[in-house]
Amino acid sequence: MRPEGVEAVERAVSGAGPRGVLPRGLGRAYGDAAQNAGGAVLDMTALRGFHDVDVHHGRVTVDAGVSLDELIAVLLPLGWFPRVVPGTRYVTVGGAIASDIHGKNHHGEGTFCEHVESFELLTPAGERMLVAPGDDAFRATAGGMGLTGVVLRATLRLMRVETSWVREDVDRARDLDDVMARMAAGDAGYRYSVAWIDCLARGASLGRSVLMRGDHATLDELPPGRRERPLAPPPQPRLSAPPWAPNGLLRRSTVRAFNELYFRHAPASARDRLVALQPFFFPLDAVRGWNRMYGSRGFLQYQLVVPFGAEDALRDAVERLAGSGAASFLAVLKRFGGGRGLLSFPVEGWTLALDVPASGSGLVGLLDGLDEVVAGAGGRVYLSKDSRLRPDVVGAMYPELPAWNEIRGRLDPDGRFNSDLSRRLGLTAPVRGRGGHDQPRIAGLRGPTPR
Amino acid sequence: MRDALGSVQSVLVLGGGSDIARAVVRALVAERTRTVLLGARDPGKLDEEIEALRALGAETVEAFAFDADDPGSHERALGEAFARHGDVDVVLVAFGVLGDQEMLKRDPAAAVAHVQTNFTGAVSALLVAAERLKAQGHGSLVVLSSVSAERPRRSNFVYGASKAGLDAFAQGLGDELAGSGVHVMVVRPGMVRTKMTAGLEDVPFTTTPEKVASEVVKGLRRGAHTVWVPPVLRLVFTGLRHLPRPVFRRLDL
Repeated sequence: MRPEGVEAVERAVSGAGPRGVLPRGLGRAYGDAAQNAGGAVLDMTALRGFHDVDVHHGRVTVDAGVSLDELIAVLLPLGWFPRVVPGTRYVTVGGAIASDIHGKNHHGEGTFCEHVESFELLTPAGERMLVAPGDDAFRATAGGMGLTGVVLRATLRLMRVETSWVREDVDRARDLDDVMARMAAGDAGYRYSVAWIDCLARGASLGRSVLMRGDHATLDELPPGRRERPLAPPPQPRLSAPPWAPNGLLRRSTVRAFNELYFRHAPASARDRLVALQPFFFPLDAVRGWNRMYGSRGFLQYQLVVPFGAEDALRDAVERLAGSGAASFLAVLKRFGGGRGLLSFPVEGWTLALDVPASGSGLVGLLDGLDEVVAGAGGRVYLSKDSRLRPDVVGAMYPELPAWNEIRGRLDPDGRFNSDLSRRLGLTAPVRGRGGHDQPRIAGLRGPTPR
Repeated sequence: MRDALGSVQSVLVLGGGSDIARAVVRALVAERTRTVLLGARDPGKLDEEIEALRALGAETVEAFAFDADDPGSHERALGEAFARHGDVDVVLVAFGVLGDQEMLKRDPAAAVAHVQTNFTGAVSALLVAAERLKAQGHGSLVVLSSVSAERPRRSNFVYGASKAGLDAFAQGLGDELAGSGVHVMVVRPGMVRTKMTAGLEDVPFTTTPEKVASEVVKGLRRGAHTVWVPPVLRLVFTGLRHLPRPVFRRLDL
């Protein structure tokens, strides 16, 4: 369903059938977070109005279906930029709140919802409420995977930029210890910081990386020729992936070759390179349909975070990945600050994100093993990217799940909102009687999922 | 809800007492399945199996009465099982009889009863289960057919005909359900050593319930439409299917 306005959304929510209803943005979550088998899914992208743009104070109020692409296209020429952007521009504001997304500046600026002043929520019970940080509904909706209602519009705080360019420093790191040491020591000096990491390198070069850090370039930092139109918007994608690619195109050998080239191509150390916003923030947007390169079996994403102090667990994870040869040509490492919502993914620590082709018999065991390492270290995996987590570790990874579920239950007493992610992991299942059961922390893993 | 790698969380079995069903369920529980609903003519006989599955890690295990020969009862029996436990990821239709061909040839009424169990009963059960899975918007129907469905042989053509009917019905149902989120997987084992085949001599490519189970689990992971056990039988029966009848008749099959 693609409701054309707020009234249509209200009708869809009040008319939800037994399988429930779920809002959806641009469908960029990698797993089943925006799917609802047998039920209704509300494609929110028709709600794309700009209601208020305050160019003096850097504040904008937009409908939830507005994408960051549209937001940037409107705001950048005015000298403003979203305070948090993820690796793609093709996500909606509603989706960004539901996943409480993070970007390369998370170590300094926190998540997307950190910069949301307020939003209007249509609760599952049909009530429209204005929600502000600190409210229970805010804590449950930020990172709440769309299960607490439909975000209708949001007011965001923006960041002043002088140009559409980024000044970037690049450094090669020879191994995992090297890159972690460099990030820990130097990240505070950069607004943006991320490392591409070679997950196939083993032995002495385990975890070799290319560290990319930078900040928005100021007008003075542009060469004179570019100063006339410093805020020209980033270009649209020109390349498209072929509609069909053979299964196994991205296999260990080809990815190893790619990684070798990528690592060698990067300068050992470069300072103050000027790069356009687009390739710096949204490298994947440069190729439309890049995901098709994985063939018909597709791929899956795994993103973990382990707290500072659990570096051994991170090393263990990278070793397991390198040892298994699960080919990943897009693996990134980054340092996180704290999180915002009860189910927000980021916790202070190291996050590693990678994609792997969804084939190979060892993948299930490899990832189940990683779950244990991550949960054992007090870490978690990102629900927006998950498509295969073991349900029995969700409770350990997200200790605030019962608190979230309690608020969600108040917002949605009839259980109208549901998703495949929630069914698969038992997110909304009632918490069993306290103390009476052997694993009371892990909500709803042992029972049927309510519909 | 199944995950992106095809891991199954809940399974409902019709014919839960069969050796192949038992092996499939155990293989699923060894992975990620935690809810098992076993439909059998006499659920009381499954107590031991229920305990064994719990010991293997299943959390919700239940047996319920299901009689393949009483299609009128299927709607209620399946409806109640679904209502009690919410989403079911996989429905395994595993009931069936082999029968003694020599006896069946001489007793038309017995042959009809045989076909009714294997085919008519499955038609009803599959239609009822398909409706339930369609309503939940996802799920797999796993149908135990047989290589005998591919080309009936004179040594067991009553059984072969009943499985051929079932096989054709299941394939058609799978096509009908395309796009609904429900997937049908037809499993064609060769000779399997079970209590149903006890006393029969092994033939080439005779296999075990455990091997069938592992192929079923693999098939579910890749979303297969047809699974042969052992896989080489796909080739063997492709050959047999196209053998000219005069040659086929000379074979001792």
